[in-house]
Formats: sequence, C-alpha cells, structure tokens
Amino acid sequence: MKNYWKLIYNGIVPGNPVFVLLLGMCATLGTTSSAMNGLMMGVATAAVLICSNAVISAIKNLVPDKVRIPAYIVVIASFVTALQLVISAYMPALNASLGIFIPLIVVNCILLGRAEAFAGKNPVIDSVCDGLGCGIGFTFALTLLGGVREILGTGKIFGSEIFPEDYGMLIFVLAPGAFLALGYLIAIVNRIRKTSC
Amino acid sequence: MKKLQSTLPNMILSLGAITVIAGALLGAVYSATKEPIAKMEKEQQVEAIRQVAPPFDNDPEADAWSTDIDGRPFIVYPAMKGGKLQGAAVKGGSMNGFAGEIIVMAGFTLDGTVRDYQVLSQAETPGLGSKMQLWFRDPAGARSVLDKNPSQTAFYVSKDSGDIDAITAATISSRAFLETLRDAYDAYLTYAKSQGVEVAPAKQQS
Repeated sequence: MKNYWKLIYNGIVPGNPVFVLLLGMCATLGTTSSAMNGLMMGVATAAVLICSNAVISAIKNLVPDKVRIPAYIVVIASFVTALQLVISAYMPALNASLGIFIPLIVVNCILLGRAEAFAGKNPVIDSVCDGLGCGIGFTFALTLLGGVREILGTGKIFGSEIFPEDYGMLIFVLAPGAFLALGYLIAIVNRIRKTSC
Repeated sequence: MKKLQSTLPNMILSLGAITVIAGALLGAVYSATKEPIAKMEKEQQVEAIRQVAPPFDNDPEADAWSTDIDGRPFIVYPAMKGGKLQGAAVKGGSMNGFAGEIIVMAGFTLDGTVRDYQVLSQAETPGLGSKMQLWFRDPAGARSVLDKNPSQTAFYVSKDSGDIDAITAATISSRAFLETLRDAYDAYLTYAKSQGVEVAPAKQQS
C-alpha cells in the first residue's frame, strides 16, 4: 500500500509533469487563461491519462516492441475522442471554453511519456497510480498557473473579483504572460524543492 | 505471459486487433452521444432565439428565412404571436474582426429596435475584443446598443462618426460587431418588407 502512495506522490511533487519534467507545455500555456480553464483541462487530461495508462499496461505483452508507439497512440486517441464526444454531448459550457484544446490532449507528451516510461513496463495498478499522480500534478500546475494569470490579468480568481479589472495587466491573459508566469512559477517551485529536500 | 516477438504476423495482428477494437468502441460512443449532441446544439439555438427575440408562439426555426448580405448568409428567425409578426432574431456574422469569425444572434422588435443580442462565437483577443458580449449592453456612456433603433442611431463606432462607443483598445472588433448588427438589421428589414411591415432604413454615419 505504501508503494502506491509513493507512486502517486511522485507524480505530484518530485516528478511534477509541468514544473519538473516540463512536459505538455503546449496545453499548459494555451489553456491556462483562467483558473477554471486550467482546472478543467487538468481534469480532462488526468482522466485520459489514468485510462490510457491502465489499458496500455494491460495490453503491454500483446504489443510487439516495434509497433508499440502506434499502438499506444491509438489507445490514447480513442480515449480522447470518446471524451470529446461525451463533453460536447453533456457539458456544453466546458465544450465552449476548451473545445479546441481537447483533441490536443492526444499529442500531449505527458500521455505518451508516461506510457513509454511507466505503463509499458509496470503492472496495471501501479500504472493507474502513476497516472493518478501525474494527473493530479498536472491539474495542480495548470490550476496554479491559471490562477496566477487570472489574478494578475483580470483581478479575479475563479471568476470572483479581488480587485477591479481596470488594474489588471492584460499581458498575463495573453500568450506572453503565460510564458512569464510559467517561468517564475518553475523557478519558485524548484527553489522550494531544493530547500526542502 | 511472455511478451510477443516483433515478427511481421505478430505486428500486423496486434495493431490490427487494437485498431478494430478502438474503432468499434468509438463507433459505440459516437452513436450513443449523437442524439444528445444534436439535441444540445438545437437547444442552444432555441435558447438564444428565445433570449433575444420578442415573445413568440410559433416555431421560429421552422419559419426561418435566409438571405445574403455582402455575400454572407443571414438567417431570420421570425417571432410571431397569433400569426402576427412581433419581431425577429437574426443570426449572422462577420469576418472583419481581429481574429476569425464573429457570429451574433441579434433580436429586433417589430420596428427594428435592438431588443437583445448574444455573441454565439468569436475568437477576439481575450480581455479586449472578447468583451463584446458584455460591453454593448453596458449602460455607461454610449456603449449599449440595447433599445436603440438602427434607423435613428448610427450603428458605427464614434471614431467612424457613429453613435456607439467602441470597446477600449478594440476598435476593429467593435467595428465588426456593429457591422454584423447593421447587416442583421438589413436582413430583418428585407424580411419584414416581405411580410408587409415597413421598417425604416438604417441611419448612416453623420
């Protein structure tokens, strides 16, 4: 049991996909214009990651080594497409704000990265824990980045006002602000990691 | 179980099986969600019409009438009560925004006064042009287009000697939005004429 907690913890702090592994930057920068968008994108990615990790780990012995990458991509793409259909059918608001980014989960390197590095070599339950950990880590990073950008850019957090929007720095809602905010967050997180371990 | 070797038959079998299973599962999900998705899209459309058009008891989508304004399709959803025209919701768009297409559902009362509007889709700059859904209903200054009649108020930004205040730092988006409203008004005007209702032509820049 201890082992599983360690696997989950590893994805959240020491091996955080965004702040430490620097994976999935495209989705990270593109979708985090607000805390809510970041959270939703994180949850969607985590759901796909857990499912794809489980399935890939289950079929790893049935897939010859030379064709493992296309096989993994088909598994991941199937889950993403299914997720997209479900979201557009039952969650129209989410579909409106994240619609174009959902298909991009397919090419998010976190998914293929975890499939290659972990799920392809480990048992199913371990892989699910790894997916859960990385998913939580990714969601946490995206929500944090989205929150920082939302506060600095519009003076709001999760849509509720902290200071008037007129004092917001618009650049943080736009693309350049995403790079700035992410750079500083990575620096801060790594500083904290260095001093605490 | 031992891992399968990378021989040609093994690879073909394995990939083939995976794609067939994935295809079958996706087909199942697609057919399961097809109806809810279509229903959701129709509901959003009906909801937008209900919100902007005057109260009606007909089916505006069944009575829809479409026309071309400057080469772009505009669809008029007439709002009738007891068979009499009350106004309409007009869906149309513009490509002249800052980024991509702007699609607006605009509601007009019988004499062409703007009752309400909904921005259905836009890809303007976040924080600037994307404010159009709220800006043009803000009572401050001359921002609002609500309860204004394009035949008395020139639906141009004040920079182009019109009567509407543009979104701060987003004049291009504002121009495209007002252009859409003007074209929607023209579409409504043409439709109203075909129904025997005369609506005054839009006011131009002073």
